[in-house]
Amino acid sequence: MADIDKVTKQKVKHEVIKDPLTGAETTGHVWDDTLMEFNNPIPTWWLWAFYGTIVFTIAYFIMYPSWPTGLAEKGYLKGTAELTYKADIIKDGKRIVGGGEEITTHWNTRALLAHEMQNDPNELKRQEMVKTVAATPLASVIKDPQQSQFVLAYGKGIFGDYCAACHQAGGQGVIGHYPNLIDDAWLWGADSADIELTIRKGRKGNMPAHKASMTDAEIAQTANYVLSLSGESVDSAAAEHGKKLFNTKGCSGCHMPTGIGMKALGSANLTDKIWTQADVPAAVDAKAKVAAVKTIIANGFKREMPAWESRLSNDEIKVLVAYLKLLSAN
Amino acid sequence: MMKHESIETNAALLIVLTLAAISIGGLVEIVPLFYIEGTVEDVKNADGKDAVRPYTGLEQLGRDIYTREGCYTCHSQMIRPFRDEALRYGHYSLAAESQYDHPFQWGSMRRGPDLARVGGKYSSAWHTKHLIAPRSVVPESIMPNYPWLQDTDLDISDLTAKMKTLKKVGVPYSLTKIEYDANVEQFGEDVAKKLDINMSEKNLMKDAKLGNFDGNPDKLSEMDALVAYLQILGTMIDFSKHDEAEFIKFR
Ligand code: HEC
Ligand code: HEC
Ligand code: HEC
Repeated sequence: MADIDKVTKQKVKHEVIKDPLTGAETTGHVWDDTLMEFNNPIPTWWLWAFYGTIVFTIAYFIMYPSWPTGLAEKGYLKGTAELTYKADIIKDGKRIVGGGEEITTHWNTRALLAHEMQNDPNELKRQEMVKTVAATPLASVIKDPQQSQFVLAYGKGIFGDYCAACHQAGGQGVIGHYPNLIDDAWLWGADSADIELTIRKGRKGNMPAHKASMTDAEIAQTANYVLSLSGESVDSAAAEHGKKLFNTKGCSGCHMPTGIGMKALGSANLTDKIWTQADVPAAVDAKAKVAAVKTIIANGFKREMPAWESRLSNDEIKVLVAYLKLLSAN
Repeated sequence: MMKHESIETNAALLIVLTLAAISIGGLVEIVPLFYIEGTVEDVKNADGKDAVRPYTGLEQLGRDIYTREGCYTCHSQMIRPFRDEALRYGHYSLAAESQYDHPFQWGSMRRGPDLARVGGKYSSAWHTKHLIAPRSVVPESIMPNYPWLQDTDLDISDLTAKMKTLKKVGVPYSLTKIEYDANVEQFGEDVAKKLDINMSEKNLMKDAKLGNFDGNPDKLSEMDALVAYLQILGTMIDFSKHDEAEFIKFR
């Protein structure tokens, strides 16, 4: 009770309360019986720094200019009120960036971006390197250390932004979903022109399901034959039957009679050891390998590579082709 | 000079002065807008019709799932006019592109990438796989799994009610012949048909079947709606047909 009395008494307004030990003024609040708070003035340097920020704000407000009207309309410092950039021209439904007349406008972030894209030294260097690589034959790009270094660095960036979500950060893909791009085996053609077209226009791969047109035994025989094409050890009698089925059930029409695939259809080469859909490499034994191939033949597979021409310029796509070629060469 | 203590110890005075300080900030933000003729760009296609249209019924329901699941807590939908963003995400977002969003999903939290232009970037099969289990396609992802989207039937019972509500706040969905005709004028016939509330359920079924967004044509799932919404984001304006100066004018 006595404690509470003390506290209420000390709280009385305007009564200056001093700390008995130091003699300094306190706020008059007491916690935990004896704990009190000094009421010292803030340090002088701090106070003046505070006034300094107020003065700075007023100067900044005027110079920026925050209120671009009247006298301040043109700004007091160069580049604070106006920006100049070149407009684009739209010709034959295509946009030529910065190809038009020069426009001067009030300062705003959109104009600033347009101005930067046309004048920033780093941006100009980027644009120039992309253009140079795109205009240089692939073989020379790979030999030129400056260009190939740029392709590896810049290609990694755009590959990460646009392609890695499917083909994975290293381009190794996911068996059964997204093809490996660094093994130098190509569904849709190995020429840079083919790869460029793949990226620009996208691709739709379609391996039809055969479970309606073939019996389970037939599918197993065909799977044995398909595996034999890449030198896997298989049941040779079954594979013999499978070979006939391969030619009569339409497989040879898309995969060619030899099984090497056709780039116009993106049909897989069945004679190499590279698998893009049937997860043969993960199969533990011969039986599991047959099962993996059987699933593909029975159920088929559809997948889609998106088109990138609306997102990436032709030159950037050429840099990506060089990037993929460099990766698969290493 | 008045001591600060006399303000601090007088609640009424403190309230009045606080209000005064805050309203200066508010006025500085609001008053300049009174002097600007328009902030929403008027973007037209080559045929003179509006490039940006309201969402179809399916997309709108997908958008509602997007907000329900809190995707906005990690994803913004606002590409700002900076060089690094232009290089990574594409053209900066226009005000016109979110004019029919109630509420808009601009946001500023980016635990994941900005989604303002994610439409068409990936296949619908990828989105479905990614939403069910992000780490099955992006091993380093921290995005949560949303497996129930694929298993849950899409609830379309309140579709027309939702569209009517949005109409009340200014989204030009049509109920009457006059409104429909106005939409034909503004958006062209194909789009006007999609905005007709009387046809909304039929349209939704058609869109879902045609798009087959979740890879299962026999089921109308929440995944169908969400992926339909993701696939339209940022795709309505063809920026290769527009001069930058056209958009700079609006700032
Ligand atoms: C939505 C997932 C996805 C994204 C993103 C993606 N791809 Fe693909 N890509 C695929 C699929 C699926 C295929 C296989 C198509 C098929 O079935 O033939 C493919 C195939 C390819 C091929 C052909 C491979 C071959 O063997 O012929 C190339 C080259 C390629 N992609 C490059 C790229 C590049 C470069 C990017 C980034 C700009 C990219 N992809 C982004 C899914 C994707
Ligand atoms: C309409 C053309 C077509 C027919 C017919 C066809 N295929 Fe295919 N097949 C493809 C295509 C295209 C792919 C690659 C799909 C992709 O990558 O998206 C493929 C992929 C495969 C694969 C996967 C290869 C791998 O690397 O994982 C196997 C195995 C296969 N086909 C076997 C067969 C067999 C056996 C038959 C006959 C029963 C057959 N195909 C009939 C087009 C066809
Ligand atoms: C905890 C934060 C978080 C939440 C919540 C979240 N995401 Fe993500 N999201 C991420 C991260 C991180 C990435 C990048 C890695 C990846 O691709 O998975 C991402 C990537 C994506 C991408 C690919 C973007 C691109 O350009 O590559 C899409 C699309 C996406 N999320 C959609 C959604 C949707 C739809 C929801 C709600 C159902 C959602 N996200 C909820 C964190 C989140």
